[in-house]
Amino acid sequence: MKAPTVTPSRAPSPVRRWLQAAGILPVLLGVIVLFALLTPKFLTADNAVNVARQASINLVLAAGMTLVILTRGIDLAAGSVLGMCAVISVMLSLSATWAPLAIPVALLAGAAVGAGTGAVVAYGGLPPFIVTLGTYTALRGAAYLLADGRTVINNDLGFAWIGNDYLGPLPWLVVIALAVVAVVGFMLRRTVLGLHIYAVGGNPEAARLTGINVGLTLVAVYAISGTLSALGGIMSAGRLYSANGQLGTGYELDAIAAVILGGTSFAGGIGGILGTLYGALIIAVLNNGLTLMNVSYFWQLVVKGLVIVIAVASDRLRTRHLG
Amino acid sequence: MIRGGEDADPVLEMRGITKRFGGVTVLRGVDFAVRAGEVHALMGENGAGKSTLMKILGGVFPPSEGSILLAGRPLIARGPTEVLRAGIALIHQEISLVPTLTVAENVLLGAEPRHRVFRWVDRPRMREEAARLLASLDDRISPDALVAELSIAEQQVVEIARALRHDNRVLVMDEPTAALSEREAERLFALIIRLREQGVGIVYISHRMTEVERLADRVTVLRDGEHAGELTRGHFDRARIVALMVGRAIPELSPPTVVEADQTPRLEIRGLSDSAGRVRSVDLRVGPGEIVGLAGLMGAGRSELARLVAGVDRRAVGHVLIDGKETHFADPRAALASGVAYLPEDRKSQGLFLQMSAGENMTMTLASPSARAGVLSPSTLRDYGERAVTAFGIRLAGLDQSARLLSGGNQQKLLFARALALNPRVLLLDEPTRGVDVGAKQEIYRKIVETAATGVAVVVISSELPELLLLCPRIAVLHEGRLAGVLDRAKDDVTQETLMALATGHAPDVLS
Repeated sequence: MKAPTVTPSRAPSPVRRWLQAAGILPVLLGVIVLFALLTPKFLTADNAVNVARQASINLVLAAGMTLVILTRGIDLAAGSVLGMCAVISVMLSLSATWAPLAIPVALLAGAAVGAGTGAVVAYGGLPPFIVTLGTYTALRGAAYLLADGRTVINNDLGFAWIGNDYLGPLPWLVVIALAVVAVVGFMLRRTVLGLHIYAVGGNPEAARLTGINVGLTLVAVYAISGTLSALGGIMSAGRLYSANGQLGTGYELDAIAAVILGGTSFAGGIGGILGTLYGALIIAVLNNGLTLMNVSYFWQLVVKGLVIVIAVASDRLRTRHLG
Repeated sequence: MIRGGEDADPVLEMRGITKRFGGVTVLRGVDFAVRAGEVHALMGENGAGKSTLMKILGGVFPPSEGSILLAGRPLIARGPTEVLRAGIALIHQEISLVPTLTVAENVLLGAEPRHRVFRWVDRPRMREEAARLLASLDDRISPDALVAELSIAEQQVVEIARALRHDNRVLVMDEPTAALSEREAERLFALIIRLREQGVGIVYISHRMTEVERLADRVTVLRDGEHAGELTRGHFDRARIVALMVGRAIPELSPPTVVEADQTPRLEIRGLSDSAGRVRSVDLRVGPGEIVGLAGLMGAGRSELARLVAGVDRRAVGHVLIDGKETHFADPRAALASGVAYLPEDRKSQGLFLQMSAGENMTMTLASPSARAGVLSPSTLRDYGERAVTAFGIRLAGLDQSARLLSGGNQQKLLFARALALNPRVLLLDEPTRGVDVGAKQEIYRKIVETAATGVAVVVISSELPELLLLCPRIAVLHEGRLAGVLDRAKDDVTQETLMALATGHAPDVLS
């Protein structure tokens, strides 16, 4: 046998290697240090829990979005599904017979919507942007219709613990979000579905020729995204003791922002959940830190938008030579 | 410009070029020079560094060390556009045209002729210029045709026409004849000779020894990222070049075994047609352990036939039997489950997952069957990957190395390893050695023979007739979707000429 043609020479320094593997983490650490220097209120245990709680729902949505974007898709309906499923869960909780099923039914509704979307994308051959633009609009309407244009309130909400109680020092919201990240991370790295998601996103034609069930993989991905959006809805409703048709408006964009901040590529097949975790935390830290500094909401939006573009641009520069 | 020839100063000089990717050195102090009015062939096995060297020349990425001189002056160009403007044109192996635009638009893309007064795109002049450039290459291509409607060979001609629109001092051609028919290749050679006479320095990258022997004034051979040697015309022959390329002698292939005809065929095709008329009522039998070649011109329906058998495309009528059992494949997944593996023609677009690791690429089909409750079995996959690396002689830093960073030959071996992962009974190989160098070719040939020896029915599609003559005791020839004949080397006098005659629809009398 021949010797390898490529021989490692002059190994890159550990710092450099860490920087390459860490992705967007340095940016997250950077903004944390920045706010810690700017305001004494930022770096406290209580505030850390606050930031984590603020990131939690977006993180759950972004986890599903990561899978969708890995397959070259997009799920614009995430926020609408969140709103609709939040309304469903609170309405069911008001009925004595249905109350115990509020969570499973809401999750199933999200899964069904997602699976339907995935089926249209996979077997109808329509672009995901267009299909989910449709469901984004239609389900927003459905959420308003279900709630009859009002806010559905349940002051005795059975699953309010999800939004307000703690497991040890951590809010359940945070525990759930981290659990979702762990499960999705395991799924992507250690299961057949995960491998097939990367394959379908990287080269759909090769995936088909390799015997991968491309259609089923896409259906699964959108169904998971729908389910996680529904979970986000349950978390929101649990926190607020209520839901209305407006809940979750624009959440899909924050989720997409977290995913791209995390380095997952719109071209498909490149990225992962850890980056999305960092991305969602960057967004939450910015929101929290700027609020603590009494920066107006309008300026917060401007800063957030600029950070997204700058962070992604710097990420491109950093990884460009990797080919 | 005048013909420079032997003693002229080099028009292009690359000095001490070193390139590292991360911690991996792929080029080490390579010197390479082209004189005006010469064809300088650049040869080497895949992974030797040819493509990297040319990408550095083309401004795709900068060298880690070394310098480039153009006509004696340092070439300061950032990016491919400026390199092109400096007078260096590269024609890549992969086609980079916009399929939705016309031929004329593609030829002059980025250099559209403008109206004298209004500065808008002067379409009549654009058409004229494109037609003029094309006329020297292939007058059958209309400047108004959509690129998407052209064959691969025609698209390549358009690509060359595009490179010619500039007044080039240096022209780099990477495997320009890979997708061309013999006639198209002849036109290209005539053109190369014309350009050489006009004083253009031509870098010619090819694995085809006959072309190099015919065209090249000089040959530079790269091996393992280093300059292995330079030979001038009159001082090189096939053996010397190959010796430089591999740095060792190539073992001869043992002749393939011929299988008895009265066995139940492993693969039997009966009256197979597609709905588009590209495959018309084809019959073919392949026995266990047999290697059958599939020859034909481009567009004769060779790949289409393989794709029907592998369940990639739907058949209209006809039967495909595996070990005597009728099959109905709805998709490639069903075909794989029945033991039919297909290695597609275009490894980048149809085969590889470039952003995934070499290991993942090899074990993609194995992932699901070896998994427990949907959870991957990393040890099974790693074992297979490691065995495949040894069995195929794949050269890589580790199983985790990105498939993108491997050479064409090694990428092809990954796909071959993948095709064998599920122990197929029928193996369909579509151009298994396209764009693969001599050494890797031999290794792939040996692996094909070995695989057949285990009882697999192998079908090899190839445009290189010597390859089919080397590997296949029987060769089926397609012409316009129909089976023009099956030549048996035990009975018939099979030569490149008889194969060609059948492929072009002539001389059925060569059949016994």
